[in-house]
Amino acid sequence: MADVMTNFWSIWICVLTTVVILGCIFLLRVCSKNTTGVKEGESMGHSFDGIEELNNPLPKWWSYMFYITIVFGVIYLILYPGMGNYKGLFEWSSSNQSIRTLDESKAAVVQALKEGRWVQYDQEVKHADEKFGPIFQAYADTPLDELVLNKEALKVGGRLFLQNCAMCHGSDARGSKGFPNLTDGSWLYGGELATIKTTIMNGRNGMMPPKGGLPIEDSEIKGLAEYVVKLSGREHDAALAAQGQGSFMKGCFACHGMDGSGNKFMGAPNLTDNAWLYGGSRGAIEQTIKNGRMGVMPAWKDVLGEQKVHVITAYVYSLSHKEDKE
Amino acid sequence: MMNHSQPKGADYNYTVVRQFALTTVLWGIVGMSVGVLIAAQLIWPQLNFDTPWLTYSRLRPLHTNAVIFAFGTSALFASSYYIVQRTCQTRLFAPRLAAFTFWGWQAIIIAAVITLPLGYTQGKEYAELEWPIDIAIAIVWISYATVFFGTIIKRTTSHIYVANWFFGAFIITVAVLHIVNSMAVPLTLWKSYSLYSGAVDAMVQWWYGHNAVGFLLTAGFLGMMYYFVPKQAGRPIYSYRLSIVHFWALIALYIWAGPHHLHYTALPDWTQSLGMVMSLILFAPSWGGMINGIMTLSGAWHKLRTDPILRFLVVSLSFYGMSTFEGPMMAIKTVNALSHYTDWTIGHVHSGALGWVAMITIGSLYHLIPVLFNHGRMYSTSLINVHFWLATIGTVLYIVSMWISGVMQGLMWRAVNADGTLTYSFVESLEASYPFYFVRFIGGCFFLTGMLIMAYNVIRTVNAPQDSLPALAEAKAV
Repeated sequence: MADVMTNFWSIWICVLTTVVILGCIFLLRVCSKNTTGVKEGESMGHSFDGIEELNNPLPKWWSYMFYITIVFGVIYLILYPGMGNYKGLFEWSSSNQSIRTLDESKAAVVQALKEGRWVQYDQEVKHADEKFGPIFQAYADTPLDELVLNKEALKVGGRLFLQNCAMCHGSDARGSKGFPNLTDGSWLYGGELATIKTTIMNGRNGMMPPKGGLPIEDSEIKGLAEYVVKLSGREHDAALAAQGQGSFMKGCFACHGMDGSGNKFMGAPNLTDNAWLYGGSRGAIEQTIKNGRMGVMPAWKDVLGEQKVHVITAYVYSLSHKEDKE
Repeated sequence: MMNHSQPKGADYNYTVVRQFALTTVLWGIVGMSVGVLIAAQLIWPQLNFDTPWLTYSRLRPLHTNAVIFAFGTSALFASSYYIVQRTCQTRLFAPRLAAFTFWGWQAIIIAAVITLPLGYTQGKEYAELEWPIDIAIAIVWISYATVFFGTIIKRTTSHIYVANWFFGAFIITVAVLHIVNSMAVPLTLWKSYSLYSGAVDAMVQWWYGHNAVGFLLTAGFLGMMYYFVPKQAGRPIYSYRLSIVHFWALIALYIWAGPHHLHYTALPDWTQSLGMVMSLILFAPSWGGMINGIMTLSGAWHKLRTDPILRFLVVSLSFYGMSTFEGPMMAIKTVNALSHYTDWTIGHVHSGALGWVAMITIGSLYHLIPVLFNHGRMYSTSLINVHFWLATIGTVLYIVSMWISGVMQGLMWRAVNADGTLTYSFVESLEASYPFYFVRFIGGCFFLTGMLIMAYNVIRTVNAPQDSLPALAEAKAV
């Protein structure tokens, strides 16, 4: 691993550190002896606004305590990194500090473990893999349709969900504006086990361009929104919706389908199920049409690994299939 | 020998001291009120009344700036201007510049009170104020240094008293810290970007941040302690040699301690280790001040029974000792792994801020205000006593609740199940913290109530007719 800094700065740090620590020792030694020319316990002879100072010795226990912390500090600096580029006798480091990319990081982990270097992060990951790996390996070897019946696996999946997914999808998985509800059985990309796993592994990029990228005038948006309301089976203004249907036929159907039931291959939402990612009010629908939407689900395969994603998949599937278990 | 009267009293410049002493009380109440409000917001979030100006994120920096730079620093201005004159036996150098430091500092505080709730911030903890205010701070601070060191130079005593060593170190270092950490590229009048980036920016920030604690809140207040404790106790300083060792070791070591705020971050390992080692070695020098203060009471312990002012000073030293033991322990990486990001840190800060900084200030002000306004004593000694108990109980409630909730949070965050998953989600740890947030809020209310009683006592003292408040027999006997 490359040195973190140039030799000049390394020496600079070593010199300053040494001067400060030796300085403390020197001060302690000098002031432990009475060199003031005044008897111990007597006044130094100067008075400041009536305040005098006595020439009492340093408390012994206090001096010892000072020395002990210095000794501890020096030993620590011999064993661990601290003095500039010096790596310490233990050659300990918290992580592979000079890496810049994920690939470099993975290579560095392999290298450090092979050389037996004490990179704490790698060691802890290794330790965790050894301890918990078999548990997840067993789950990963179980097909998903079996795993969804394994109560223990769902519990583990639930914990992983709370730690990693709940920030966006909520502790109860009901989502919030812009973050899909995972309990309602309405799926943008499909709710089959394999599809859910793909979604979690690789992430998704949902994109609705402003006005679908179509030659739609601002004046048409109100009608279009009314038509979308009609598609979802709610009360609507029939004349306005009919107007909107004309606009819809300008090209919205290309993604959302002729009947508005969406397209799961590209994640185009079903407009007929009355499930709304960005709100179902007329105002919210108008805003969606006018400005478009961008939704990102990050990819988890590099963060959690396939085994954990496998367990989370089972848990997410179970959320909208409560009745299956009972 | 130890005389309360001031033979040269008429010669000293007390105007600026009086001004800073009174604003200390005012800003103390303002800063602590905001603290109590944000403590309440953590329990009842609706107390931000859905206004951006009253949200926690904007009021929290207002609270910290108000208590550190308005309350604490006004107290340091008042006491250093008073002490440097009296221990150097000379009037303040450049009285007009001294007056400028008062009005300039008040203007800066007002600017902070306006800009922070409006959301103008550099986003650096304890250094939030935007660049025009930063420049103003630098100008006022250099004026302060000029007045202080000018006074030292024209002293009529042969030596420089230990209190002034601490004030001097604090004034110089804070100037350097402030100027270096606030370096920024202005974009508009109210927006700037730090000159540093990434881990360097973080390191510069905490080099500043920890030494704001080390030099402003520790060295500065030790200066205050070195005058008011021997004065109020009527006893000589315990050990001159201890002063020398602990002063030089303290200022040499403190400046290294910043990295312990960045344990387990992207900061290089060597910086973290070095910061931890220096923080540990700092333990003994920190305690040197406590020992010197408390041992100064030898032969005057009986006064604690009757003198609540002395009680404030001694209890503040005890809290100082406690938090300067706790600090080095928390700087140890293994301990820090548990304590970092939890309420334990908040508890630690407040054992220093309420227990040490505020209590030594309050004790010193109760000594100082009668002298400044030509009275023998404060209007009511029993109200000082009530204040003492409110402050002590408030501080203890605050610290203990934050210790418990901090350790609990740390343990909850690191608990893992048999499958390696975390046992608790973050929200569960938050839910478990609510009872302790409530106790902390009550502690804050106690402390604030004490300050309000102090304000009443100060107003009655300042407005009391001449000779109506003679010194108590106990104090006279000194």
